[in-house]
Amino acid sequence: MNLLVCISKTPDTTARIAFKDDFTKFDEGGIQFIMNPFDEFYSLVRAIELKEKFGGTVTVLNVGEPANDIVIRKALAIGADKAVRINTAPTSAFSVAKQIAEYAKDKNFDIVFFGKETIDYNGGEVAGMVAAMMDLPFVNLASSLEVDGAIGKLNRDIEGGVEKVEVGIPFIVSTAKGMAEQRIPNMRGIMMAKRKPLEVVEPVDTVDNIEIVKYELPKEKSGVKLVDADNIDELVRLLHEEAKVI
Amino acid sequence: MAKVDMFQSHDYMLLDELISDENLMARDAIRDWVKQEVSPIIEDSAQKHEMSLKILKELGDIGAYGPNIPVEYGGGGMDEIGYGVIMQELERGDSGVRSMASVQTSLVMYPINRYGSEEQKKKYLPKLSTGEWIGCFGLTEPDFGSNPGGMVTNYVDDGDAYILNGAKMWITNSPIADIGVVWAKGEDGKVRGLIVEKGMKGFTAPEIENKWSLRTSVTGEMIFEDVRVPKENLLPGVQGLRGPLSCLNKARYGIAWGAVGAAMDCYDTALRYSKERIQFGKPIGQFQLQQKKLAEMITEITKAQLLVWRVGTLLNEGKATPAHISMAKRNNVEFALKIARDARQVLGAMGITGEFPIMRHMMNLESVITYEGTHDVHLLITGMDITGLNAFE
Ligand SMILES: Cc1cc2nc3c(=O)[nH]c(=O)nc-3n(C[C@H](O)[C@H](O)[C@H](O)COP(=O)(O)OP(=O)(O)OC[C@H]3O[C@@H](n4cnc5c(N)ncnc54)[C@H](O)[C@@H]3O)c2cc1C
Repeated sequence: MNLLVCISKTPDTTARIAFKDDFTKFDEGGIQFIMNPFDEFYSLVRAIELKEKFGGTVTVLNVGEPANDIVIRKALAIGADKAVRINTAPTSAFSVAKQIAEYAKDKNFDIVFFGKETIDYNGGEVAGMVAAMMDLPFVNLASSLEVDGAIGKLNRDIEGGVEKVEVGIPFIVSTAKGMAEQRIPNMRGIMMAKRKPLEVVEPVDTVDNIEIVKYELPKEKSGVKLVDADNIDELVRLLHEEAKVI
Repeated sequence: MAKVDMFQSHDYMLLDELISDENLMARDAIRDWVKQEVSPIIEDSAQKHEMSLKILKELGDIGAYGPNIPVEYGGGGMDEIGYGVIMQELERGDSGVRSMASVQTSLVMYPINRYGSEEQKKKYLPKLSTGEWIGCFGLTEPDFGSNPGGMVTNYVDDGDAYILNGAKMWITNSPIADIGVVWAKGEDGKVRGLIVEKGMKGFTAPEIENKWSLRTSVTGEMIFEDVRVPKENLLPGVQGLRGPLSCLNKARYGIAWGAVGAAMDCYDTALRYSKERIQFGKPIGQFQLQQKKLAEMITEITKAQLLVWRVGTLLNEGKATPAHISMAKRNNVEFALKIARDARQVLGAMGITGEFPIMRHMMNLESVITYEGTHDVHLLITGMDITGLNAFE
């Protein structure tokens, strides 16, 4: 199978988030970056599993600048065969989708994988946009994926149950919990990743159709107040005057 | 219930900038693996004084056996810093787990790769690298510890085999090992290495029980009573104490990194606790006495990190001496032990329980400061190196 896995780079889950230039830009200073966990744990691992079963090639693709190569190498260490980096900073879901669609349109991929969202902007938009641009079927938020001949059989967890979907190859999928389990690269994989091809492709011209005006940080949570079990009056007063819920 | 491993690494002087991207990736992978596979079970394993066979096998899968052995024999082909960061992360989890990987890599695979015949390398190294076979290293004897040159274990020529007699003591993994690299004296009185295989007639390896340290790693004896070892099992490439000492050198270097890992875990635990534990109305981390402990810990950790990075770089360049390695091992284990003791005090009574890893690290480090050359012996090596005068004679 010819599989494409789109991966992005996000701040580590423990990173302390800050903004600069009057809250108009994300401050990257001192931030540790990782591969977006949904891309890594779900999309990439499931694609590798399918390749192990049916043979073929897993290509990972990232839209980003050279600093992203370390994240791309990790995908190769985990088991992707080759990588492509489209050499431009990702500035909006639309422009990223355009870069991916332009690259993928004549490569005959059977399945194009996305994680359900990135853990930084949580947009979850790119996969659907790529599907529209490439005019391919799109299964959003799939929790499992099997391939049977030319058909993809997917499960989607929905309110109160599971939706079973069948779709003809080629298609686009966004992957969610249940799809696969994290694979930690072993030392041999890490050393082999150095020798796998990483192709750098120049971007096509695109526009950003949205503009980020401002960021805000969530309000800091106040500490927990413990009220003595016998002091109901105080509890009622706090709920009324401070929490303002009664 | 398995506890969540909250460990966060501390890189106070941005020393990660000195380490290559692929070695950082290796370190992070081992860190993830330790959090996923080691941390949830290690406390229980230590309390029960049981080694985990699952971990023993998985160390092979993740690539912790022979990362710095050539790829053609199943190794990882990594450099010495790569080996170091792996040891650091394993010992961050537990010194016993790190010991499994140290022994297999530096004391079993290294001598076979360096001094073995082509047939020996092909026969043993690939299976050792996957963990299908486990190896051990027999040097220490009941009456010869710091002074291995006095060993009495010996072999004599008997046609197509050597007849091996003697006993080894304190041997990591001997009760479960498939093969052992055993150092013994030939009829000429010179020390040579022999590969002894499990099941050879006359060879037994009883376990040493009731240790209060390295409880997740098995330690045993090796007893040889007229064991016939085929001649092709003799390591052809080395003769004299230089053989075992060169292995110890490699292992000690890894231990110097490992000690940093144990120290980081103790520091990280104490730092987090100091911000959460409230006494006299404030976090104990706000008291100067606790800050002194924590500040000194991170200072020593940073110095220790620099020391191992430098020795690793020298090893990569072929310029490290055994005395360089002795200094790093001695310094780093001493400070890891001191950090463990201070960190334990920061936690008060909680520090003595298995809820936190500190006391386990502290007890483990008592072995680490003893094996692979005691603390005293490493000091005498530095002493001899700088004065040119030998205190052992
Ligand atoms: C858990 C564990 C695992 C081990 N695994 C292995 C293994 O896999 N393979 C192996 O071969 N060995 C192994 N060892 C053995 C270890 O290497 C020895 O214990 C160590 O070399 C010290 O020897 P000893 O215990 O006989 O102490 P001794 O040599 O008897 O030393 C006792 C004390 O005397 C001091 N001393 C000795 N000589 C001098 C001197 N010249 N000047 C000043 N002080 C001196 C020492 O520093 C020490 O404080 C292991 C030990 C432990 C605890």
